[in-house]
Amino acid sequence: MADVERGNRPLSPHLQVYRLPLNATVSILHRATGVAVGLVLMILALWFLGAAWSEPVFNAIDWLVTSWLGWLVLLAGAASLWLHFFNGLRHLIWDTGAWFGQKRVRKSAVVTIALAAAMTLVTLIVAIVW
Amino acid sequence: MSYLTDRKRATGLGSAKSGTAHFWEQRLSAVALVVLTPLFVLPLAYNLGSSFDEVRAAYAHPINAIIGVAFFLTAFLHFFQGVTVVIEDYVHGRWELVLIITMRMLSALFSLIGAFAILKIAFAG
Repeated sequence: MADVERGNRPLSPHLQVYRLPLNATVSILHRATGVAVGLVLMILALWFLGAAWSEPVFNAIDWLVTSWLGWLVLLAGAASLWLHFFNGLRHLIWDTGAWFGQKRVRKSAVVTIALAAAMTLVTLIVAIVW
Repeated sequence: MSYLTDRKRATGLGSAKSGTAHFWEQRLSAVALVVLTPLFVLPLAYNLGSSFDEVRAAYAHPINAIIGVAFFLTAFLHFFQGVTVVIEDYVHGRWELVLIITMRMLSALFSLIGAFAILKIAFAG
């Protein structure tokens, strides 16, 4: 009868209260941002198709892409892209066998987020100011 | 008749029967994108919000056209390679196959759309 309480015991790590370490968050974000960038790229491919098609078709797609919702999607896309870009570089460095060890992994995660934020800002400035 | 021994044909291929080929190809497209992404994205950010004529003039330029076509082909190859791994990890059985086939078709379609659109702008106006 030792198994009576089986269903009530806590899981470890308990998924509702377990806080993902920074590195685990960046790791799962790498996949999520990769998929997101692919989807945004499909929208941009249609934008190019519009430019190759005709002015009315371009204007219709461009209106959607440069609407406030469109800019929001593009901003999220840019942020996703740069996080995936710099974390991808981190992965390529790991593939050579370098930069392992708890402290360096954490440090490179922080640097990755900082660089991604900076490049997202640069992309935003290029898009809006110029 | 093959001159390879059974041992030689099996070594390095593992349970996936394709060795590290998929892994390696994805690293190659990643390295290409390290170069192509800034070259494509920053000029694109500059051109977003421009008029029809301005966009067409920008991508009629050979440098922008070459970078654009290279980026679309490489990015959607890399997207398919990555999304395949994600599907293989989280989906199993029939849906795994259906999703992988669907994503392959979509990746091919949208890389063709992007590359063809830019080539048409560059060649035919």
